[in-house]
Amino acid sequence: MEGEILKTVNLSAYYGKHQVLKSITLSFPENRVTAILGPSGCGKSTFIRCLNRMHELVEGARMEGKVYLRGKDIYEMEPTTVRRKIGMVFQRPNPFPTMTIYDNVIAGYKLGGIKLKKTEADALVEDSLRKAALWEEVKDFLYKRGTFLSGGQQQRLCIARALAMKPEVLLLDEPTSALDPKSTARIEELIQELKKTVTIILVTHNIGQASRVSDFTAFLYLGELVEFGATERVFTVPRDKRTEEYLVGKFG
Amino acid sequence: MKKRGAFNFSLLVAALAVGTVLIAAALSMTIASLPALRAFGLKFFFSPDWDPVSNKFGALPFLLGTLITSFLALFLSLPFSLSISILSGEYLKGKKISSLLKTLVDLIAAVPSVIYGFWGLEVLVPLVRKLEISLGVAPYGVGIFTASLILAVMIIPNAAALAREVIELVPSNLKEAAYALGATRTETLLKVTLPYARGGIMAGILLSLGRALGETMAVTMVIGNSNTIPKSLFSPANTMASVIANEFTEATGDLYYSSLIAIGLTLFVVTAIFGVVGRYVVNRMKIK
Amino acid sequence: MRGRLIKDRIFELVVIAFSLAALVPLFVILVYVFKKGLPVINWSFLTHLPKPVGVKGGGVANALVGTAFLVLIASVTSIPLGIWAGIYLSENKNSPISEFVRVSVDVLQATPSIVVGILAYIWLVKPIGHFSALSGGVALGIMMLPMVVRSTEEVLNLVPHYLKEASLALGVSYPRTVLKVLLPSGIPGIVSGILLGVSRVAGETAPLLFTAFGNQFMNWNILKPMNALPLLIFNYAMSPYEEWKRLAWGASVLLILLVMVGNIISRMVSEKWKVKF
Repeated sequence: MEGEILKTVNLSAYYGKHQVLKSITLSFPENRVTAILGPSGCGKSTFIRCLNRMHELVEGARMEGKVYLRGKDIYEMEPTTVRRKIGMVFQRPNPFPTMTIYDNVIAGYKLGGIKLKKTEADALVEDSLRKAALWEEVKDFLYKRGTFLSGGQQQRLCIARALAMKPEVLLLDEPTSALDPKSTARIEELIQELKKTVTIILVTHNIGQASRVSDFTAFLYLGELVEFGATERVFTVPRDKRTEEYLVGKFG
Repeated sequence: MKKRGAFNFSLLVAALAVGTVLIAAALSMTIASLPALRAFGLKFFFSPDWDPVSNKFGALPFLLGTLITSFLALFLSLPFSLSISILSGEYLKGKKISSLLKTLVDLIAAVPSVIYGFWGLEVLVPLVRKLEISLGVAPYGVGIFTASLILAVMIIPNAAALAREVIELVPSNLKEAAYALGATRTETLLKVTLPYARGGIMAGILLSLGRALGETMAVTMVIGNSNTIPKSLFSPANTMASVIANEFTEATGDLYYSSLIAIGLTLFVVTAIFGVVGRYVVNRMKIK
Repeated sequence: MRGRLIKDRIFELVVIAFSLAALVPLFVILVYVFKKGLPVINWSFLTHLPKPVGVKGGGVANALVGTAFLVLIASVTSIPLGIWAGIYLSENKNSPISEFVRVSVDVLQATPSIVVGILAYIWLVKPIGHFSALSGGVALGIMMLPMVVRSTEEVLNLVPHYLKEASLALGVSYPRTVLKVLLPSGIPGIVSGILLGVSRVAGETAPLLFTAFGNQFMNWNILKPMNALPLLIFNYAMSPYEEWKRLAWGASVLLILLVMVGNIISRMVSEKWKVKF
């Protein structure tokens, strides 16, 4: 297996007394797409929110265990540093409504108070939008508000925004669940393109999507890691009965 | 992490500062009223004698003045404020003209009270005087009746705004059920909508009563400033607020000063209760 | 059945009649004030001081300046504190402290303006030893405070949760997220609330009676007594001199315009700048 970039050890998560993740140990290979698959409510989202310390922001939420980014415990780093290195795109496109497209792309810098020279900013905006396959569509109205774009475009804008921070890992939390099939296809293509430069962890409950875009698949069920392996292997010869049942549509 | 701590702490301090204003208000007024309350005890509220010359202070005339003007104003304003709330919350619900009506009603509340007072003094007082002459009572012009008229106009928006809000909140399936049984609009309104919105309407009434109790300028200008117990609806009188407005700067003796603050404290406590209970009822309606 | 329908119709007409009747005093008062006051207003009215009794002319310049000062002091004391407290309430919805602060805000909002005047007297006039614009401004600030807190809290509650997450997920710190994402999204609402608050306290007289107190002359020192439009209206309205009453009518028009313009701008701000989420 290639070098691992991110690793969880005995990760458990709770909302109040309710345990949603049960001691998950998992390694993510660098520059690959790993899909976290499972029925809704299985703890997929909670899991990736533990990976960039977003979980702890929810009132009453708690976690145990360790998460290492290149061998360093992220819970001993500044949360803001962690989140810059591990970017995230959400289920629902969420560009900042008060900002232009241009400003949305470099929002992480603007909001975080990180100074950019104009030329740097221009280059970064173009580069990020190109990576997110949005440049050609928006280059003529960069100074319009981001909220005027279509849902699929907005989601790619959010991806560009995350990429602009030059993250090492990109977490995608069901990024296409609010989009139409055409926009979904574009984002799936984009994911293939992006893995050359960034490690991607994709949460999805869409079996087809996991099989189309991911190299590895982790199957989560009721907060437990049921199975992990190369996507092809997991889909063709699942080792656990529950994985098999899910893949043939018995539940979820 | 440290920055977040400092930031959160500053927010907490600001929030506590707002709470502190209230506690400090209650404490400092209580302390300042102690001399009066010690000197007169409960008799302060039941004695009809307000006599700065002989240092005797009883607040009964002002309590009565306040109660009579406020309730009279409430009584006079109620048909109007309820009509407005029914009109905009039911008949015109969702229509453009409803927001125009709302704007106009808000405008009533926006006119400064000193201007109501000035207009009352120049226009209403002479009219009431004419009325008093034709009724054969002493033609002061100023007095409880005039003050109540002005107050009534001023508190219409308070009750109307709240009542409209709660009438709009009445679930439409309830009303539809009544229509389906063949009830007319009026019957539905009187037998379904209004009873359902009762709590909120009461809250609106409470809040506008609170407003009437504390209203100062307009009342001060037309009530006639008499420190005796009012004998009729047309007598000049004083309310708690108006006696403070009139006499506070002249209150030379410590007991005089303390007595006026004790009246202020009473007003504060009463309006606080009305305000909190009213809000509580409204919030509960909204959650439902 | 016909009887019931007729009753239905009559009821509706009664409701409409009462509603319109309630608006009559508003129009009557506005028309009267403008009829009396508009002819008084000219350049010299705005730029001159009141003249002594018996001398014709004069203006309300000192009251205009005073009202501006008082509103400014009120804004300085209430806006930063109110916004900060409002942020606390919206970010800590269920804490017991928030419950307590919300009740405090309700009570402060219900507190009669004359009582606020007493408070400013106890807290500032007595310790300083004399009436001052500062104490009047603070009194108005106490009245504005609950309005600012409440409008900030309400507006921030409307900002969707996902914007906050978007910012935090970009590695933006929590304080910056609040100040640069939440607050700007809520700014139109907060500004509108503040304008409403300003236009309300600008018309208040009662809290100024024994704080700012009034002043026949121009005063630029906030530690000295200062005049204000509503104070001038009150004092001159209660005076027996026609010339002073004339000034009071003119001042009334100015005050109404001030308050109405504040109200209208407040509405426009909240509608035109509305951030679409």
